[in-house]
Amino acid sequence: MLIKNKSGIEIPSSEITPKHIYLNRRTFMKGAAVVTAAGLVAACRPAPPEGHPAAVATQAAQEAAVNIDPTTGAVATATPRVDELGDPWTPYRDVTNYNNYYEFTTDKNDVAKLAQDFQTSPWQVTVGGMVKNPGVYDIDDLRTKFDQEERVYRLRCVEAWSMVIPWMGFPLRKLLEEIEPTSEAKYVRFETLNDPEQMPGLRSPWYSWPYVEGLRIDEAMNDLAILATGLYGEALLPQNGAPVRLVVPWKYGFKSIKSIVKIDLVAEQPTSLWMDAASNEYGFYANVNPNVNHPRWSQANERRIGEIGRRDTLMFNGYEEQVAYLYEGMDLRANF
Amino acid sequence: MVASININPKQRIRLLRIAVHVGAWIPLIILFLDWWYWRLVDPIREATLWTGKFGIILLVLSLSITPLNIVFGWKAILPLKRPLGLYAFMYLTIHFLLFVALDYGLNLPQIVEAVIEKQYALVGLIAFILLIPLAITSNRYSQRKLRKRWKKLHQLVYVIGIFGVLHYLLLVKNDYTQPLIFATIIAVLLILRLKPVKTRVIRARRNIERRFA
Repeated sequence: MLIKNKSGIEIPSSEITPKHIYLNRRTFMKGAAVVTAAGLVAACRPAPPEGHPAAVATQAAQEAAVNIDPTTGAVATATPRVDELGDPWTPYRDVTNYNNYYEFTTDKNDVAKLAQDFQTSPWQVTVGGMVKNPGVYDIDDLRTKFDQEERVYRLRCVEAWSMVIPWMGFPLRKLLEEIEPTSEAKYVRFETLNDPEQMPGLRSPWYSWPYVEGLRIDEAMNDLAILATGLYGEALLPQNGAPVRLVVPWKYGFKSIKSIVKIDLVAEQPTSLWMDAASNEYGFYANVNPNVNHPRWSQANERRIGEIGRRDTLMFNGYEEQVAYLYEGMDLRANF
Repeated sequence: MVASININPKQRIRLLRIAVHVGAWIPLIILFLDWWYWRLVDPIREATLWTGKFGIILLVLSLSITPLNIVFGWKAILPLKRPLGLYAFMYLTIHFLLFVALDYGLNLPQIVEAVIEKQYALVGLIAFILLIPLAITSNRYSQRKLRKRWKKLHQLVYVIGIFGVLHYLLLVKNDYTQPLIFATIIAVLLILRLKPVKTRVIRARRNIERRFA
């Protein structure tokens, strides 16, 4: 059949480009344009600074290449800088420059600067409440008395971003064993330093300071719960909660209270700062749970810092095997 | 340099217009440079927050032009409404595209889930959709074609402003300072446009002008 156009010129159908081909051409042109543009950008943009995720990825790839024995093909694994799921550590630069620490500011990018003169020595942690052996621990005691070990944990913020952080610290259990909670003690209550002179964010009227957090005693005894004193093999920096902070990797980040000055064993469930601020949004347990959404946003996925796009959030942040027993028979929707 | 002091009103409005066009690009350039030099830790999140914030700022600036004319009688600034509004639309389009394309990778089920689950996403989406017809009709041709309806249509900008601030209010974690500042400004601007308020303000201004004339 011949197709007539308005001018009356006849075009044989054999000369008309089939639709799938011209569509392919369009896709190709588009693809070519994108690749060219991306190439141009990559060629002009400066190399990422040392410690940036992009630089770290390249470095890791180079190291991996170097570590392969050319004759045997055996891979000489030095220390793999990944968590147990194979995801790389979040670069030091990002761990120490992107912080939620509202005692300084609500702006994650400004905490490091505002906290740089924060005094972390001398520092004492008062441990008491329903215990047989109350006491005041100097930060140096905590560092020397308890063996410091490296723990690589995922940190999942309630805002749906996450990092992998190599902490240094010791299990909270070891401290509890030493102070011996009495039989009435059911919860551990933690408190952050409350010093408006050093922490400008404490002047914000939107929160009831000081920062308080808590754990049920069996949660606190779980081996994953640590008191951290360092990261990346170095002492903690103020923006990360120096000199000592809690890390409970199966719970949202806000449970991991920073710059602790007080630990008490108590009978009643403590009210955390976030429970006080919005009890319908932040519960006492705050376990990472992709199936229980925050009232204002989904918790089903998250962005790993350094990645584009989102990945699925894991139940208990991937620590289900180690902690699920703590919540057997509990309605996690009601106890969010 | 000295000559600039003696500029006539026509030149002044031209300078203002240039200031708007230059100023509106600055936040985008800053964002680009921060990205270019690898200064953004979570680029998608930071770029989304940044473009959203300047989108609202430009929208509020656009909204404030008419009330400024009511209070101060600055008729000459009225033409700034359109570029300010269109730049707001530019930032909010980038904001929307970052969320849909980069953050959610055009994953439709995930986006739908987000819009249903996250109240702020739904409110923001409504505000953005409402903004589209305004941007499309921001030209003299549409103004002529739509006549009275054009004015009605463009009064939607207040609804959009309110939804925009609500969107912001819904996503902050307890520190409501910034969204409340925007909410207050929009409330004041809205009140100034109410007929009884407007006529009284204009009368008061004319009285003052007469006394000092």
